[in-house]
Amino acid sequence: MTDILLLLVGAVLVNNFVLTQFLGLCPFMGVSSKLEPALGMAAATTFVLTLTSFFSYLVYRYLLLPLELTHLRTIAFILVIAGVVNFTEMVMKKTSPVLYKVLGIFLPLITVNCAVLAVALLNSNRANSFVESVFYGFGAAAGFSLVLILFSAMRERLAVGDVPEPFKGPAIAMITAGLMSLAFMGFAGLV
Amino acid sequence: MNPETLLPPVLALLGLALVFGALLGYAATAFKVEGNPLVDQINELLPQTQCGQCGYPGCKPYAQSIAEGGPINKCPPGGAGTIHALAKLLDVEEQALDAEHGKEDIRKVAYIREAECIGCTKCIQACPVDAILGSAKHMHTVIVSECTGCDLCVEPCPVDCIDMIPAKNPLQNWHWQRPAPRPAQMQLIASDWMQGASR
Repeated sequence: MTDILLLLVGAVLVNNFVLTQFLGLCPFMGVSSKLEPALGMAAATTFVLTLTSFFSYLVYRYLLLPLELTHLRTIAFILVIAGVVNFTEMVMKKTSPVLYKVLGIFLPLITVNCAVLAVALLNSNRANSFVESVFYGFGAAAGFSLVLILFSAMRERLAVGDVPEPFKGPAIAMITAGLMSLAFMGFAGLV
Repeated sequence: MNPETLLPPVLALLGLALVFGALLGYAATAFKVEGNPLVDQINELLPQTQCGQCGYPGCKPYAQSIAEGGPINKCPPGGAGTIHALAKLLDVEEQALDAEHGKEDIRKVAYIREAECIGCTKCIQACPVDAILGSAKHMHTVIVSECTGCDLCVEPCPVDCIDMIPAKNPLQNWHWQRPAPRPAQMQLIASDWMQGASR
């Protein structure tokens, strides 16, 4: 239990995927200009990351390891991620149109979010157990969601703030992200 | 490179791809969605008057626009009840009815004063739900259970013989009818006299 908790704290705060490991920066910058899409993206990413870490563990443990094909894990994981995301999208469209509408375009976009692949690869690198893998994926997604929502809330305020002319738009966003990253570095050594 | 080292990875990836391909192929047919299911859900909540007061040609096109994020307060026949149901379904804030599209009214049905009808069929063409019965040079009449009270037939009538009268017992404003007050000079039957005498 403590192990899982430490794993979660490590994934969310200490080794935050965006601000400490610099993964998934594209959606972090791209979808953070408004709070509402950021929430959608966060929800979709959490969903997909947890699910794919589940399936990629199964593929890695019961297909790649026995056949000694671990060098092929990247392509195998991409296959798993794309397949699972597509399948989820189809099922969701049928069973929960409202949720489908909320997640919208973000669901297929996550297929190419490098954080998703990174979680699968790190899980196999760290030789996480099944439960650990799922929680690591969830923790990574929670960390991603946390900084994405914080950052988008800040950017909404920055948009109306009195920013000097040369810093307007992406420039101040980059600086803000950098400062946030510095702040998150402060969590180093927590676990 | 000898085939023995090449075969397992090729087969493994091929197998994986086949499994996911089969899964997606199955999902594509098993979870097939006819159109946008949200549009159907919204359409069910709308009153189906097909009156066009929202600015769309009917309830379904309006449902389509709501599904795409349009305002939910354009339906006067549905009124506050429909707005409430839509807000609940879509998880958005409730708004007051947009006065631009009309105000909420009790449900009405069209009534054709049949003696004045000249049988011009203009109202039949105007009716969006085919609730008017009749043919050229013959008297028309309204099928009350089909009429949605949309008002669209009133305008085209050349002799103004169509009235919109309140629908009988519409569920929204139905209430118990009070017993009729007993008139002063009511004829009493013999048993009443008997009761009065015994008291």
